[in-house]
Amino acid sequence: MTESVSKESSLIADEGLDKGLARLTSEKIEKTIKTILTNETGARLKTYVSTCVHCGLCSDACHVYLSNRDPACSPVGKIKQTIWEIVKKKGKVDAQFIRRASEIAYTECNLCRRCAMYCPFGIDISYMILIVRRICHKLGVTPHYLQDTAQSHSATLNQMWVKDDEWVDTLQWQEEEAQDEIGDLRIPIDQEGADFFYSVIAPEPKFRAQLIYQAAVIFHSAGVSWTMPATPGWDNSDMCMFSGDNEMMGRLKKAHFETAMRLKVKKIVMGECGHAFRSVYDVGNRWLGFREPPIPIIHSIQFFYELLKEGRIKIAKKYAKTVTLHDPCNTVRGAGLHEMIRMIAHETCEKVIEMHPNREHNYCCNAGGGVINCGPPFKNKRVENNSIKADQLRNVKEQGAETVIAPCHNCHGGLEDIIHTYKLDMDLKFLGDIIYECMEKPEE
Amino acid sequence: MINKQNWDWENGEKEIADIGTWKDKFLGVEEPYPSPDGEKIAAIVKPDEMEFSVCENGTVWEEVYDKVWYLRFGPDNRLTALVSDTAEWTLAVDQAAWAHRFDYVWDTHFSEDGRRIVIAAQKDGRYMGVTDDTPWETDFETMNNFSVSRDGEQTAAAVQIVSFQSGDIFKFQEGTYSVAVNGRAWPNNFVNVWEIAFSPDNQHVAAAIRVNLYDYTIAVDGVPWRQTFNGVWEPQFSSRDSSVTAPVRTGGKWMLAKNGEVLWDRQFVQLWHHQYSPDGATIAAIVAPEFGRWTVAVNGKPWSITFGDLVTDMVFSPDGAKVACVGKEKGQWSIAIDGVRWPGAFDMAWKPVFSHDGNNVAAKVEKNGQYSLVINGKLLQKQFDMIWNPIFSPDGDKLLIRGIKSGETKYYRQVVPLAELF
Repeated sequence: MTESVSKESSLIADEGLDKGLARLTSEKIEKTIKTILTNETGARLKTYVSTCVHCGLCSDACHVYLSNRDPACSPVGKIKQTIWEIVKKKGKVDAQFIRRASEIAYTECNLCRRCAMYCPFGIDISYMILIVRRICHKLGVTPHYLQDTAQSHSATLNQMWVKDDEWVDTLQWQEEEAQDEIGDLRIPIDQEGADFFYSVIAPEPKFRAQLIYQAAVIFHSAGVSWTMPATPGWDNSDMCMFSGDNEMMGRLKKAHFETAMRLKVKKIVMGECGHAFRSVYDVGNRWLGFREPPIPIIHSIQFFYELLKEGRIKIAKKYAKTVTLHDPCNTVRGAGLHEMIRMIAHETCEKVIEMHPNREHNYCCNAGGGVINCGPPFKNKRVENNSIKADQLRNVKEQGAETVIAPCHNCHGGLEDIIHTYKLDMDLKFLGDIIYECMEKPEE
Repeated sequence: MINKQNWDWENGEKEIADIGTWKDKFLGVEEPYPSPDGEKIAAIVKPDEMEFSVCENGTVWEEVYDKVWYLRFGPDNRLTALVSDTAEWTLAVDQAAWAHRFDYVWDTHFSEDGRRIVIAAQKDGRYMGVTDDTPWETDFETMNNFSVSRDGEQTAAAVQIVSFQSGDIFKFQEGTYSVAVNGRAWPNNFVNVWEIAFSPDNQHVAAAIRVNLYDYTIAVDGVPWRQTFNGVWEPQFSSRDSSVTAPVRTGGKWMLAKNGEVLWDRQFVQLWHHQYSPDGATIAAIVAPEFGRWTVAVNGKPWSITFGDLVTDMVFSPDGAKVACVGKEKGQWSIAIDGVRWPGAFDMAWKPVFSHDGNNVAAKVEKNGQYSLVINGKLLQKQFDMIWNPIFSPDGDKLLIRGIKSGETKYYRQVVPLAELF
């Protein structure tokens, strides 16, 4: 990887990037970069930059490289085109460089950290890509759709511009719907002292409200004590973490944890989302000064696993279609929950076929890390950049898998596009979908 | 302030209601809430399919609704609930529904004395505050961070002043939000507005704002501080002068600033929820003096004890001489006062409650699913299936305990002299 890596910018039009670019000057670029490198980085970045021996072993770890076989798409290639150049030139880079760096950082790397496992030195390339994103955020060169989401976070403390009344109204609507199935079911709102606060990402009330319904049925059937807040702070998602707006990330996480503290719950159980888990479990909490989440965070994968293991929910019939498992990066590479996914799948499904590579070695969906949130302009590239995942899915489909279980919202978005584009004709399910469908439910 | 003088402070236990029997009367019974004076207990109930009402001391409200939620007693012991009748929402106070109807209502607030009741409301997609059934004269496209002055006479919220098309990130960045006080917006707009605070005299308003995507500051009555920062948290007014203080972030560290200038000579990994003592002489804040350690700093000086998980529920004694908080270390919750951790660790601990003279402190705690009280550091041996925050008598010599004893379904109020508690 010592040869020059060149890939012309694909020049996908994006209003956020293009208008942001128009506001840049060389002085602003240099000053911003120097400020960030001086004030926000240190030994970690220096060590990563100076330790890399350019062996290129990270290449085969990256789904974008494996889908293109272009060195420019390898992790080290992306670093070479961005932070190395920025450091080497001490910030004296031009606007076009920033345009390309922004596109690479936001749309060609999912921060999935697979490459860090394959690097002989354990260099965390996602950390360096996040530094590039931080620079781009400070320069105002962020993809339009991602920036809109970050701005929604800032104005509403949720990802989808959900207004305060719409949130509670949606919970009450889902409660009413669920009561048609189970008469005494409740979605307890703002119940102080409940055992846990169930937190979700904003696409759930906005587009996938049935997931709240299903969770309510599962919790009701298990007889657990839970609540959902009536106030902002209910959304655990965090596109600011990915846009580089760390300060806003802190505000979001503060609201989330303080909602749990206000409700006097003992833990936060969160829905099937990967990036939000990273934000509350690893990144956002630490930005605020918490070594660990101040209120324990339990991902749904773990919670469902515990409910099944303790016999609190029972399976009435197994899911008949053959399933395969997609391991989300943030809960599997990030927290090692992969065997729990498998326990749930085997308990609830007739037949499970493994994709390979799997578990912590699984390929990213190419939607995570905020990439899918960069929106329609980058959709085709995102799907083309993950043909390796399509190959993986096709392989298990040929073995009989009809349903993909992916316990993560972003993975769903990414895999849905891949399944559709590559004409794989497979169903896509959350663990909650399967459990809801197969569990014993109380009689009305 | 709650007027406790007229409450029954005679020693003794009074059975108010057997909540267990309510389950036989209704299709559903939600969580019970007691009045501050302990004389009443109420719960949202389902008298029939698709019908909701409120049961108060065993008597059900005359009206039934499509939906009832957010049942809360005010400080003056009036019972409120957000109610929906044929999909029109309003607030009911002691059974009487307000005349104004809305498409949705939420976020009930009370003045300190309970005299004023305030809610947030939405009608035809427009947002407003409503005080005692009187809506703001102006409504807004969006509204959040709804806040109420101590006397309940003033209300304020972050409101959207300029419309922008979905996805118009650049219009948003020009500043489209402001603060509306009693429905009247400040003359200038900001990129974001959060955390609105009223002055002790209820006449002034401060808010945390973002003036562009990167610079944060505090605006007081619409005028931003000259200085900007990398971050700010909720501002507070001093009761001694008209100054405003707020935690601010610069160079990756948090400090306390007064009118834009750094006030404390120390920096922290985190600093938030600062409070003035009632006399305004002292400022305390929850701080992280180092990464992953939390404590309370009083006038900038952190306590020597720290907690690894969190510190929350910080409170001054009414005389301002003491500060108490809840802390959590390795998953166990405890109470600390003036830098001294009380013995005992719990599964949960609630905000400490001081007597008026500040000499006595009590807190609700939970262990193994049972609730009790810690009083002046000693755990009450009596356990409850449910207990609510204790309240000291005006002279501070007695404690009002509101709870449901272990294994029972009856709700009692009990007045106990402190001297007889242990």
